[in-house]
Amino acid sequence: MIWLLVFLGGAAGAPLRYLADRAVQARHDTVFPWGTLGVNVSGSLLLGALTGAALSAEPYALLGTGLCGALTTYSTFSYETLRLAKAGSRGLAALNAAATTALTLAAAFLGVALGTAAG
Amino acid sequence: MRGRDWPVLGAVALGGGTGALARYGVSVAWPTAPGGFPWATLWTNVLGCAVIGVLLVLLDAAVRPRRLVRPFFGTGVLGGFTTFSTFAVDVRTLVGEGAPLRAAVYLVATPAAALTAVALGAWTTGRVLERRAPGR
Repeated sequence: MIWLLVFLGGAAGAPLRYLADRAVQARHDTVFPWGTLGVNVSGSLLLGALTGAALSAEPYALLGTGLCGALTTYSTFSYETLRLAKAGSRGLAALNAAATTALTLAAAFLGVALGTAAG
Repeated sequence: MRGRDWPVLGAVALGGGTGALARYGVSVAWPTAPGGFPWATLWTNVLGCAVIGVLLVLLDAAVRPRRLVRPFFGTGVLGGFTTFSTFAVDVRTLVGEGAPLRAAVYLVATPAAALTAVALGAWTTGRVLERRAPGR
């Protein structure tokens, strides 16, 4: 059962990330990967809240491990950072790595605080 | 959404579910004790970054890449396998468990290892392709 919930959550999270990234790309003509940054920060906030609220195993598997896990991505973040560096934007690559790490951490801390207060 | 977008979205969903399941499998096989170093998440992210480096260089070099390969394997499987949210919450959890030093090491080690992995994956693949088809 847990395995099925993780799968279903992942099958929802990845397309959400894809659609969010496409929506950002359609509106902003920019080399900076705003879409990936946005989903990584939102997903970290939500996972923090779910962790703080101390959900039981089943909803956590669906929403936490599955949805938030697949909504956020380290592989695309890394590849986009590498692409920025290769395109000669070393400053933007460093900024992307620093900003993503700092903002996701802030989101996780805030999320846990919110989830603990609500849970 | 146009009609031809649905197969892409389906490939991303199927891949994302598969990747998430694989990540969960690793976390079950390699559980992290309370206050312990999150090795499973670290290696999951590093492995996923190495593989995406290989995959995207291969796809860039392919003369006629199949339309659903990148959505399924790249955006789906690898995107669902790796996770930024678990990494961020792992750091918060370690701090909450009274292991701030371990949290700091994990915080620095993950991006360092992940970015090294993607660069190595992409570079190695580029070299191999260059050797097999020089000058292309």
